[in-house]
Amino acid sequence: MKYLVVPVLLLVYAVHQDLWNWTNKTLIGGVLPAGLAYHVFYSVLASLTMLFLVKVAWPQHLENEIEALPEALKNRSAHE
Amino acid sequence: MIPVIVILLYLVVIASIGGAAYRRSKNNTEDFFLAGRTIGSAVFFLSLFATNMTAFAILGSSGAAYKQGIGIYGLMASSSGLVIPLTIFFIGTRLWALGKKFGHTTQVQYFRDRWECNRIGTAIFVLTSAMLIPYMIISIIGGGQVLNDISRTSPDAAPLIPYWLGCLIVTVVVTLNVFLGGMRGVVWVNVLQTTLFLLFGTIAVLIISGNVPGGLSNVMREIGADPVKSALITREKMPAELFWSYTFIPLSSIMFPHMSIMCLSARKMSAFKQTVVAYPIAIMLIWLPSVFLGVVGAQVIPGLKGTDSDGILLRMLTQYSPVWLAGLLGAGIISAVMGSDCHQVLALSTMFTKDMYEHYNGGKVQSERQKVFFARVFVLIFTAIAYVVALQKPTGIFELAQRFAFTGFAALAPVMIAALFWKRSTKWGALASTSWVAFCLLFSWYLTAVSDEIAPKPPVPGLKPKTSMIAVAPGSPLPPGGQGVSVVAAPGETVTARVPGTPGASPNAERPSPNVAPKKKPVTQVQIYPSLGNLFLRNATQVTVFGYLPVVPMVFGSALLMILVSLGTRPPSEATMRKYYG
Repeated sequence: MKYLVVPVLLLVYAVHQDLWNWTNKTLIGGVLPAGLAYHVFYSVLASLTMLFLVKVAWPQHLENEIEALPEALKNRSAHE
Repeated sequence: MIPVIVILLYLVVIASIGGAAYRRSKNNTEDFFLAGRTIGSAVFFLSLFATNMTAFAILGSSGAAYKQGIGIYGLMASSSGLVIPLTIFFIGTRLWALGKKFGHTTQVQYFRDRWECNRIGTAIFVLTSAMLIPYMIISIIGGGQVLNDISRTSPDAAPLIPYWLGCLIVTVVVTLNVFLGGMRGVVWVNVLQTTLFLLFGTIAVLIISGNVPGGLSNVMREIGADPVKSALITREKMPAELFWSYTFIPLSSIMFPHMSIMCLSARKMSAFKQTVVAYPIAIMLIWLPSVFLGVVGAQVIPGLKGTDSDGILLRMLTQYSPVWLAGLLGAGIISAVMGSDCHQVLALSTMFTKDMYEHYNGGKVQSERQKVFFARVFVLIFTAIAYVVALQKPTGIFELAQRFAFTGFAALAPVMIAALFWKRSTKWGALASTSWVAFCLLFSWYLTAVSDEIAPKPPVPGLKPKTSMIAVAPGSPLPPGGQGVSVVAAPGETVTARVPGTPGASPNAERPSPNVAPKKKPVTQVQIYPSLGNLFLRNATQVTVFGYLPVVPMVFGSALLMILVSLGTRPPSEATMRKYYG
């Protein structure tokens, strides 16, 4: 799944520029302008994208490296 | 009166949190600056979010939406909702691991060690301090102003808390919190602040929405039917180039010292997981109501000019919600101001202690207690100076500096990315990038100053637009020394305009062209140097480059210089490479 990271990020970044909504005056539900509703949806999409990154591209090796450090280094302030 | 009492009670709570954190402190720098790197997941998220949530996110966004419409959300909020978590994911986690491994407390310590060079660290220290200090002072100004505004019993009444007292209250509370509690005190306040604001912000929006005359649906329909105001529910007045350019600005977030230092304070790396996922939603919860109510405000309270529009949310709050709720939300707004202010003061204290006092100590060994003492004295002296500066109310110049700070920090992002991910990057590459950023900031400042007089005036919602310039054909002859200027009247459309009736006016200059409809259009951008075409344009508030924000060429230039200069210079030693890359 890691190979999907770059294409997904590029796609999500690209759809932020929603040129098709530029002059859209439709009110979704009679209240929310379409351009605003789209970007609210985009915020949810951004959150889902981050969830995807956490699942497939989490830098676990960094966490493992720190876990392997001696306790004295991990908890510096306790020893100073 | 009730809002003032609620806010003052809240401020007492904030100051006492500093006292409680003091009793838990261990009097060493790891504890004072980073809470011993022991911040848990939920607190880490709430605090990191609060670090970035300034008064602008609430008051400025509604004020901007009042003038420019719903596009403000996409311009700033949804792009930040993607880019900031990405930087936290890719850069924040790496900084955290390096901090745990090598004990770094600041970005500069890392840069100095990574590139085996003291001076590059000092250069970055000078630039980042110069960009952060105005940002911090403007927060005090903002806090004083909010207290001043919210303590008026009516829009024309004298404030119960004058500006000078508002600034003093904010300064004293921030000082007490940071001086006593250090990072722990700041983080605890952030938790209270974010929770309070998310909770009462939502309630306030629901109540305001319910009390708006005619209901929200009617108000929005009226805006849509109004030929002038209907632009507020679209982005037709917002150039696409500018909209895209703004996606670069959130790169600044992780480069702000208070954000990167905050990343070092987490106990475990897993704290970053929920932070990056929740961050876009939290931004949405703050920005959506602020932007939406800003647009609604343009219809129900029209005609606010200039910075008055930033007070639209407070006006609606006073007009459409009960006083106790106005007080609670006012406290939330004040805490948003102070939460980021506390982080900025602490970050400056950390940088001056670690990057200057400890680094340039002339070989003397200082105890941890001495360093914490220095940090606390710095906080006292610095906040006292900041208060005196805030009293002069240098808002214009400091707001400009604050805007440039976002651009400058964003353009420094390639330096951090190269340090973390590119072995071959060198101190000379970093120096070239940093110098480029400093040069561009000074040049942008100069261009902004020289173009102030020709800057188009922004429209005021509720007032009929005054068309002061007439669109005419591109390249129409203008008289020597005439007042003619070129404009970009709509996204992608460049035309030449001139002020009618000015001395030396040529009839040719106002002749309609077959390419451009001879109707009046509001001017959005003017050429600063007509001989350079659209290279440097000026809109109502800022300078652009071919219509793009300066941050775009600055980021690309910074990255390019880092690559080219690094490839042409000697890389760090093998020992350093092994230390950082294994």
